[in-house]
Amino acid sequence: MSIQANNPHQILSAGLGWTRLEIIFWLALLLPFVLTPSYLSLASQIAITALFAVSLDLILGYAGIVSMGHAAFFGLGAYTAGLISKAGWGEPLTGLVIAAALAALVGYGMSFIIARFRHLALIMITLGLGLLLHEAANSASWLTGGADGLQGVKIRPLFETFKFDLYGTTAYAYSLAGLFLMFLIARRLIHSPFGLALRGIRENWTRMPAIGADSQAHIRKIYTVSAAIAGVAGALLAQTTETVSLEVLSFQRSADVLVILILGGAGRLYGGIIGAIIYMVARDQFSGVNPQYWYFWIGLLLIAVVILLPNGILGGLSRLTVRWGGTWR
Amino acid sequence: MLGSLVGVLFDGFAYGMLLFLLSVGLSVTLGMMNFVNLAHCSFAMVGGYVTVTLINDLGWPFLATLPIAFLAAAIVSIALERTLFRRLYRATDLDQCLLTIGIVFVSVAVAAYFYGTIQQPINTPAYLRGTVTVLGMTVGAYRLFLIGVSLAVTAILVAALEYTRFGAQVRAAVDNQRMARGLGIDVDRAFALTFALGGGLAGLGGALAIEIIGLDPSFGFTYLIYVLIVVAVGGLGSIGGSFAAATVIGISDMAGKYYFPELGAFVIYLVMVVILMWRPLGLFGRR
Repeated sequence: MSIQANNPHQILSAGLGWTRLEIIFWLALLLPFVLTPSYLSLASQIAITALFAVSLDLILGYAGIVSMGHAAFFGLGAYTAGLISKAGWGEPLTGLVIAAALAALVGYGMSFIIARFRHLALIMITLGLGLLLHEAANSASWLTGGADGLQGVKIRPLFETFKFDLYGTTAYAYSLAGLFLMFLIARRLIHSPFGLALRGIRENWTRMPAIGADSQAHIRKIYTVSAAIAGVAGALLAQTTETVSLEVLSFQRSADVLVILILGGAGRLYGGIIGAIIYMVARDQFSGVNPQYWYFWIGLLLIAVVILLPNGILGGLSRLTVRWGGTWR
Repeated sequence: MLGSLVGVLFDGFAYGMLLFLLSVGLSVTLGMMNFVNLAHCSFAMVGGYVTVTLINDLGWPFLATLPIAFLAAAIVSIALERTLFRRLYRATDLDQCLLTIGIVFVSVAVAAYFYGTIQQPINTPAYLRGTVTVLGMTVGAYRLFLIGVSLAVTAILVAALEYTRFGAQVRAAVDNQRMARGLGIDVDRAFALTFALGGGLAGLGGALAIEIIGLDPSFGFTYLIYVLIVVAVGGLGSIGGSFAAATVIGISDMAGKYYFPELGAFVIYLVMVVILMWRPLGLFGRR
């Protein structure tokens, strides 16, 4: 950072200003409407995945909590949105709010467990809780449809005007708006004293309480927020595709979002979005050629990123621009 | 009821022994270097596919393929350790997880490329098929064989760790790596050898697993979860802990599937979460 500041509030408020690059980035996300109108469904999926990655970034990139089971909240949001629409309440916006609230509630409950553990035990407990929820949804097929997925999800038009059609125009607009709003919340959070405390926890978990910041209380808060945002992402997926499959809760989804975030660069908010764009577009292109071997390339990419680009693609880019005298933050 | 209970206990124990073979190497290397190697089950897959190839394409007898499966997996694991893993010993848990998950992805795709995504069939020799009667109980011959091999391996491992110079070096490195270095023990060398041994045991486990749980390219992922559960529950760096944990997990999984089939793998995940919440370092973890 090139900002000279002695007082933390100056650092925080300096981070809140929008740079030109950020504005261009968000405007560029509107381009698919004009340039690739036949890929809007894919664009909508990308926006949803990006939102999911942003939710993981809040806990992993900022607070340093590794989660191998974050799909639990994504799936919870998806099933909540699907189930209430099946029960006759098909209005999308309230559906989103209910899904977020439920995911937040479960996240808050789980955060009491999460905040107590670190390292391998934490990885295994998040993995185990994710798997438990997956198995539970699989067993409760009277509610979730089990392995066949949830059938009969019907979503009413957005604002009673814009229908979710096959072309995905409404879907992309809706998902992008969701991504942007949640991103604003996340962005505001990380540039607050609370966000600074989270970074302190990431750097040294035991020393933060010594300066008066209760690590566990902070972790509980950010975990709840992260769960709510993941729930919104899941609900967006359920509403825009009008189906919910068991896959939303799978370990594969938790692993994929981790890969996406690391690929883009954790701890920078935009990392998740960039990672999601690259990952999803590449998967769409490669799996057309030979779907089985998609993971070969993702695996190689992961190895390369860990060995060569420790801070992900955004980290690598920012190193390059610093070398060339640019001002990418 | 009692008969089925004994049967479930026996099958669960045999399954637990398989999990023990698959996971003991990971437990020791994790305890020694704190290196989270999620690609451990890919080494098992190497062993499994070597056995399949030797039996089906070259007509080797089953028993003769087992040492080759061990060796092949050991060689692959030491090659990866020397080229990739050793760069990340001081990196974070997350980086290690990601690198090794990358290796799992690659290995799954490579296995699918060469062998297809189908389950690999093998012909076990006639004397390992069917059932035998031991102490009035009728048990599967293969499972009995599996238990015998695993107990033999455990005995050799424990003896080697307790009574050889190399074993003492490994124990010292697991207990306190810096102190061991200070005493002039070549921890890197001891670690590389342990890593190869652990990879080899996983390869042996993979070869023995084909008959019980099958082998397809997703093996590296499916059983990774079970292996991690055993390691986390047993505690890092503890052979006895891995043994106990593998037995508990094997029996509870088998009993769960037998008595509550509708719950699926729910029971085993629940057992793990509860044990870890009670003892975050595992049953036998010390640090």
